[in-house]
Amino acid sequence: MTDRIEPPSAADTPPAPRPPRWWLLLGRDRLAAVASAVLTLVVLVALSGRLFIGDRAQRQDLRASLRPPSLDHGVYGLLGTDVLGRSVLARLVDAAGTTLSVAVPAVLCSLVIGSALGLWAGYHGGVRESVTMRVADVILSFPSLLIAVVVLYVFAPSAMNIVLILAVTRVPVYLRTARAESAELRSRLFVDAARTFGTPSRKIIYWHVLPIVLPTLLTVATLDFCFVMLTESSLSFLGIGIQPPDVSWGLMVAQGRQYLGTAWWIAVLPGVAIVLTTVSATVLAAWARLATDPAQRWRLTLPRKRRGATAVPTEMIQ
Amino acid sequence: MKPSPFDPDRPALDVEGLCVDLRTPSGTVRAVDGVSFGVHRGRTLALLGESGCGKSMTALSVVGLLDPVAEVTGGAVRVGGTDTLRLSRAERRKLAGPVLSIVFQDALTALNPVQPVGRQLGEPFRIHRGFSRRRAEEEAVRLMTRVGIPEPRLRARAYPHQFSGGMRQRLLIAMAVALDPDVLIADEPTTALDVTVQAQIMRLLRDLQTERDMAVVLITHDLAVVAQRADDVVVMYAGTVVENGTVREVFSHPRHPYTKGLLDSVPEDAVRGRPLPAVPGSPPDLSAVPSGCVFQDRCPLVRERCVRERPPLRSVGASRSAACHFSEELHRV
Amino acid sequence: MSETPATETSATGTPAPGTSATGTSVPGRRFDGRADAPPLLEVAGVTKTFGHGRRRLTALDGVDLRLRGGETLGLVGESGCGKSTLARVLLGLERPDAGTVRFDGTDPFTLRGKALLAWRRRVQMVFQDPFASLNARMSAADLIGEPWRTHRDVVPTAQARERRVRELLSLVGLRESDAHRYPDEFSGGQRQRIGIARALALDPDLIVCDEPVSALDLSVQAQVLNVLSELRERLGVSYVFISHDLSVVRYVADRVTVMYLGKVVEHGRTEDVFDRPLHPYTAALMSAAPVLDASRAAEDAEIRLRGEIPSPYDIPSGCRFRTRCWQAEDRCADLAPPAVSRADAGDPGRPGQPHAALCHFPLAGEQS
Repeated sequence: MTDRIEPPSAADTPPAPRPPRWWLLLGRDRLAAVASAVLTLVVLVALSGRLFIGDRAQRQDLRASLRPPSLDHGVYGLLGTDVLGRSVLARLVDAAGTTLSVAVPAVLCSLVIGSALGLWAGYHGGVRESVTMRVADVILSFPSLLIAVVVLYVFAPSAMNIVLILAVTRVPVYLRTARAESAELRSRLFVDAARTFGTPSRKIIYWHVLPIVLPTLLTVATLDFCFVMLTESSLSFLGIGIQPPDVSWGLMVAQGRQYLGTAWWIAVLPGVAIVLTTVSATVLAAWARLATDPAQRWRLTLPRKRRGATAVPTEMIQ
Repeated sequence: MKPSPFDPDRPALDVEGLCVDLRTPSGTVRAVDGVSFGVHRGRTLALLGESGCGKSMTALSVVGLLDPVAEVTGGAVRVGGTDTLRLSRAERRKLAGPVLSIVFQDALTALNPVQPVGRQLGEPFRIHRGFSRRRAEEEAVRLMTRVGIPEPRLRARAYPHQFSGGMRQRLLIAMAVALDPDVLIADEPTTALDVTVQAQIMRLLRDLQTERDMAVVLITHDLAVVAQRADDVVVMYAGTVVENGTVREVFSHPRHPYTKGLLDSVPEDAVRGRPLPAVPGSPPDLSAVPSGCVFQDRCPLVRERCVRERPPLRSVGASRSAACHFSEELHRV
Repeated sequence: MSETPATETSATGTPAPGTSATGTSVPGRRFDGRADAPPLLEVAGVTKTFGHGRRRLTALDGVDLRLRGGETLGLVGESGCGKSTLARVLLGLERPDAGTVRFDGTDPFTLRGKALLAWRRRVQMVFQDPFASLNARMSAADLIGEPWRTHRDVVPTAQARERRVRELLSLVGLRESDAHRYPDEFSGGQRQRIGIARALALDPDLIVCDEPVSALDLSVQAQVLNVLSELRERLGVSYVFISHDLSVVRYVADRVTVMYLGKVVEHGRTEDVFDRPLHPYTAALMSAAPVLDASRAAEDAEIRLRGEIPSPYDIPSGCRFRTRCWQAEDRCADLAPPAVSRADAGDPGRPGQPHAALCHFPLAGEQS
């Protein structure tokens, strides 16, 4: 049965309301606003932080070794020091740049390559789909860390190589998601409609399939962002990732682990940085998912608590 | 199990002033607004209306299966004299099956996909009559024979997806009549089926009704089904009853412009090439039901009084009523 | 039983002898084509199967259709009869395994590149589900203008495009201010109007309507049917109108083709098929459909069919309707039914399109 409650805007009211501006929507959702502020801060710090801290991230001062976070030692003592007396704050700022410059390109590369291949394979089906999926299976069946270790052992462990290896091992994740959704969308009526106009398949993928799959892919990407940062830290820990004196958040966690009992701040604070960044990215991705869907956008104007509850009626009222 | 013996004059199911509120994105709206009707045993009452008119919501509140976002806010649903709305959950569960049962439209989702149908059909007997599993499955096979499923003993072990649409609907009907209910509610029982199968299912329902002397509430949007199948009809629009009476009278001389509009837009007797007399516009959004007559936006007879005051459902003849200020004018046309 | 004087056997597709000679003339209502004009659409022997081996589903089995410009052809049948697959073949969404489709003399399946695009403009489709066939992320204006993104030369400038969208909106009975709304803000009937406007955007000669009103409420259904017939008057488009609702087909179609399990079992002028069906299935279908007029629904005359439609994976031998037919005899299981046509009916001006059916024991006389 097609019984359904029509959405709020009655069809016969004359003025067609334009969708509200996205920044207004963002302002109305406090959590998403905070998330975007955190992300902006992280990006700014990553881009320009090194200009302010100079060489403080490397400057050793053994007298200041393992100072806990306090207000007594100026700005750079705020978050304490590590075993060599280096400022944890300065190192966090320095590491932000390295971490993002590895994680962001790696995630973007795998996102773009994986999604493009997945959408193409899923939309066309048949041999193209099977071949692509088998290749993805092969990549997935190797432990990604093992490939990374082998490749980075053979080639020099440069940032570029880390990015490439991380990107390749994460491609199947996007590929599978994109293929599954695209294969489902292929049989939707509006895709058929586009085919009756003679729209070429790459344009159908671009106009009709991609916009629907993209929010899901972005959500996967934000979760993967976390994974990539942690993999990078494992590689760094094994000595084939980021090479000291460069520093990344993951490397800081790895280095700080042995002091966890005595100086928790060395490992925990970079961990917090990783978590804050990924959680903010996830929150923002969830928000963007709603904001880009005209059928869902109105939900953003409601208090967060009610979104879940009101998600029910439209579909279920019969 | 059954409540006290029936007063023959009292309807098997009596719904009075039923109101259902619904929480929606744009606030609480009234989905069902003061709906009343009664069905006697052996009679069929059709709840007729278009999508969103509240007919299914009415049925679901009668059987107590409303979704949590909807809430009954007023009225009474009397089954054999007891108001089910005042019963506790457990007491109400005892009624479901032996007294009141429902057949849904979508047989595939209404059956459990991972259980053999024989066991599902036997379930009512195990729950309400405490039968053993073996005896319950005997009963299930008997029921399957009754609703015309070939090779019932063999098919009892099959799963729902192994049946065709028509056969699944038969299974649902079997389940609904298993405990010999007094009132059977059929919510668009044939909408998803092909025409030839639809006719078979309708015939089965009718035979079962005569055989077991049930009161049947048929919920549908199909005028022709009502014309062929029902004794009485309640026409609903935007959550309210706009007209009721016997099918014969309502369909031959509609006394509400909406009923008339619906009857006219059936293309059955229309001449090709001539425009169909359509009702303009579409039903109002439940959050914006006009304060006067609910049908005013689409009505050919509309005038100032309709905007000002909502017409009550008033008697327009022996055992029929309509909610229109100007139903006499329709009568003359 | 087979001695029905009004019917005679003939080969499929060829005119029955005498068909064109007898009978009274029917005033050619709005047919613009002359009797000898080539048909706009000619489908011959189209067969389409899906899958392999035991999971081989026969969706279409040697289907023939003919449609002249300005006419509406009704396609009737129950689920699994192949009518939706046929629609997809007509739109070039599925390639038939065998048989030919000719649109105005050319086979669209031989076309490539520009020629294919040019053909696409001439054939468009209105889909059944007004909710699924519109991308919810696009506004009404974008939806209606979507075909122009591929066919850029139809409406070259942005200004002209906007004007044309407004024209199309008012043509299907929507407001110009609706252009910037999204599908969710429209009711089912209004969405179907958008779907119709989109199909009209390329100014086609033929629109294939796949159950265009079956998802709509009755009062809205009449509005959409009116829009469709108005468009036919004003723009001269032809329709292939697929529906399971006989009263709707009777109202819109000039000719009717009845399908059962992938085969055309009967075709002819709407009046002939509805009032004097030849094939038992057609008669049963009509008898089963509930009608409003209680006096017409005589209980005794009701034809009760046995069982349900067989699976298209396993089609009965001989006549495929025999498993449910009350007239079936041994012959029906062994031999494919011959084409029979009725000489006194049909359309005198149109040889080659008599009232015909595939049956060993066609029904005789008038069906009340």
